[in-house]
Amino acid sequence: MSEATATRVPASPLGTGTAATPARRNWVPYALLLPGLLWLTVFFVLPMITLGSQSLQEGNVDEGFVFTGNVGIYADAFSRYWPHMVRSLSYAGLATVLALLLGYPLAYFIAQKAGRWKNVVLVLVIAPFFTSFLIRTLAWKTILSDNWVVTQWAQQLGITDVLQAVGLTSTDSLLFSPFAVVMGLTYNFLPFMILPLYASLERLDPRLLEAAGDLYATPIQAFRRVTWPLSLPGVVAGTLLTFIPASGDFINARLLGNTQTTMIGSVIDSQFLRVLDYPLAAALSFVLLVVIVTLVALYVRKAGTEELL
Amino acid sequence: MGESQKGDLHLVALTKTFGAFTAVQPMDLTIPQGSFFALLGPSGCGKTTTLRMIAGLEAPSAGSIRIGEQDITATKAHQRNVNTVFQSYALFPHMTVLDNVMFGLKRRGDKDARRKALEALELVQLEGLGGRKPAQLSGGMQQRVALARALVNRPDVLLLDEPLGALDLKLRRQMQIELKRIQQEVGLTFIHVTHDQEEAMTMADTIAVMNQGVVEQIGDPATLYEQPRSTFVANFLGQSNLLRAKVVPGSPREGVALVRSHDADLEVAVDHLPQGASDVWLGVRPEKLRLGESGGPNRLRGTVRDVSFTGVAIQYIVRMPWGRELTVVQQNDGSARATLGEDVTVSWAAEHGFALDASQDADAGAMVEDDV
Ligand SMILES: Nc1ncnc2c1ncn2[C@@H]1O[C@H](COP(=O)(O)OP(=O)(O)OP(=O)(O)O)[C@@H](O)[C@H]1O
Ligand SMILES: [Mg+2]
Repeated sequence: MSEATATRVPASPLGTGTAATPARRNWVPYALLLPGLLWLTVFFVLPMITLGSQSLQEGNVDEGFVFTGNVGIYADAFSRYWPHMVRSLSYAGLATVLALLLGYPLAYFIAQKAGRWKNVVLVLVIAPFFTSFLIRTLAWKTILSDNWVVTQWAQQLGITDVLQAVGLTSTDSLLFSPFAVVMGLTYNFLPFMILPLYASLERLDPRLLEAAGDLYATPIQAFRRVTWPLSLPGVVAGTLLTFIPASGDFINARLLGNTQTTMIGSVIDSQFLRVLDYPLAAALSFVLLVVIVTLVALYVRKAGTEELL
Repeated sequence: MGESQKGDLHLVALTKTFGAFTAVQPMDLTIPQGSFFALLGPSGCGKTTTLRMIAGLEAPSAGSIRIGEQDITATKAHQRNVNTVFQSYALFPHMTVLDNVMFGLKRRGDKDARRKALEALELVQLEGLGGRKPAQLSGGMQQRVALARALVNRPDVLLLDEPLGALDLKLRRQMQIELKRIQQEVGLTFIHVTHDQEEAMTMADTIAVMNQGVVEQIGDPATLYEQPRSTFVANFLGQSNLLRAKVVPGSPREGVALVRSHDADLEVAVDHLPQGASDVWLGVRPEKLRLGESGGPNRLRGTVRDVSFTGVAIQYIVRMPWGRELTVVQQNDGSARATLGEDVTVSWAAEHGFALDASQDADAGAMVEDDV
């Protein structure tokens, strides 16, 4: 019977600390920040500056690039490649939604119901990471190929017709279509959705659900009013961790898609490595960055979890 | 017991087993509408399990639950007009205090939810704190929010699972008084689970003492204390001196029976004696014993082995010639005190003793005092 619980009041934000804490302690938090800041400077800020300056250069590989402050490249990049941008964002968005729909029940099960199997199932979720991204994506090429059961079943069950009707495929095969790309993205980024969801659902106190039931909430209402809002930080983190890398991905589109499914990541990749138009590639990278940051900011605000930013 | 009312809670042969383990033995209990009922028992005796079955959070293995004429055994928790104040409070951390209190009302589509919730917060003296989050409140305040959240729905039965367990002693006493006041004010049926016998006795109209899944005795606090029917109840509610005795046939006076314990003839009221018993434990509460002969016709001689002064009272340990030690508590009223090693007479009146069947363990329930 501790007395502490009874007197637990929130610490006053005013008048505590400064007087009691020796002043020399104040630099400690900053010292702890230092390694991270250094890391970010070397591997994030400097490359960004380089990329920024590169985007404003003109020239070619043979004669070299010179800085000309050519801001017009941005308008050019955007007007030429906005369909790829939109396509990337919609594929990534679709994959994120699918991953959420698949991942949420699974994460809920692992966190609340799996009992002693919890760790086993978690390892299974992460298991695909033991093989390379490329191999896993190539495996989907087999899975979705025309002479495999998946496609045959989908054809028999009329799923291919539905997919064609909504424009996710253009023939009655599954491979080399937007559908295949979205499936690949969903599959590859699913663990990034599940793990944060799991972390937040794991902390959910089942007694809160009992309390909701006790207070006349049906299971659906209890989910809507208690489980879902309490898992929102996990939902936000999971969707960001899925959406952001998925929108910049180019492997899935290249291996599972066709010429009509090229994503912005592919464009940047080929501009950098094949066309060797560095300024355009850099500008595209920047545009993608700005678009994603804007979307994420809007999204996070809407979800009401400002602490994440 | 008055005639039955339509809001009385009936438990009929209610049973709960977990695998091979029976947590609650078939239990029959009627809790009158509007009463403050306490379920008292040591840790693990099945109190929470019983409450959870009433709340609908645990399915009974057998038996039924009725409120008035309505059988609610098969209904889900959210369909029952029963609310719980959880031991852990289980407040929704993402909602404000006001939203917590309105939760139940809103699920039932109450148009007046806000006003009622504000009233409930006033009742538990938390007016003005509706906008806070639970984490910004002290333990005592959270407890009151949990109470308001349940009370505001005006359930047929309000279940309280050791709601004061986490509070320190002073706050606990204060909350006991407040809970009692609120119960009288709103007139709901309260079922209060506790393992603190003092809490049960000060608050409840009726107490059911539970032990290992069985209700040992039900009654008002005074009856339970004065006439326990088992050694467990005698030891769990307060302290008891128990003497092994044999019933002597015949009666020395009207309404009094005689028992013989270690060569002493002792009187005990006939209605404090189980019928047909021949071997008994004769019990007397420490404060009913007197040093000297002023207490009554029952007398035993012994030696003072220990004297401890507690302020309002003095507690003596008096050793009988056959080794048993009796505890005697005397008011500190200025009368002469005995000293260590002195030979004294201990006396008491026939109506202050109670006899219990001798087949029981004399120490049942005695250890539990320590962890209260
Ligand atoms: N889900 C369960 N599975 C197995 N055994 C259980 C379960 N719930 C309770 N028990 C057992 O049933 C018995 C009664 O438990 P219960 O929680 O009702 O005790 P209690 O009287 O409330 O105790 P306390 O005062 O410690 O809260 C205990 O022995 C407990 O171990
Ligand atoms: Mg309990």
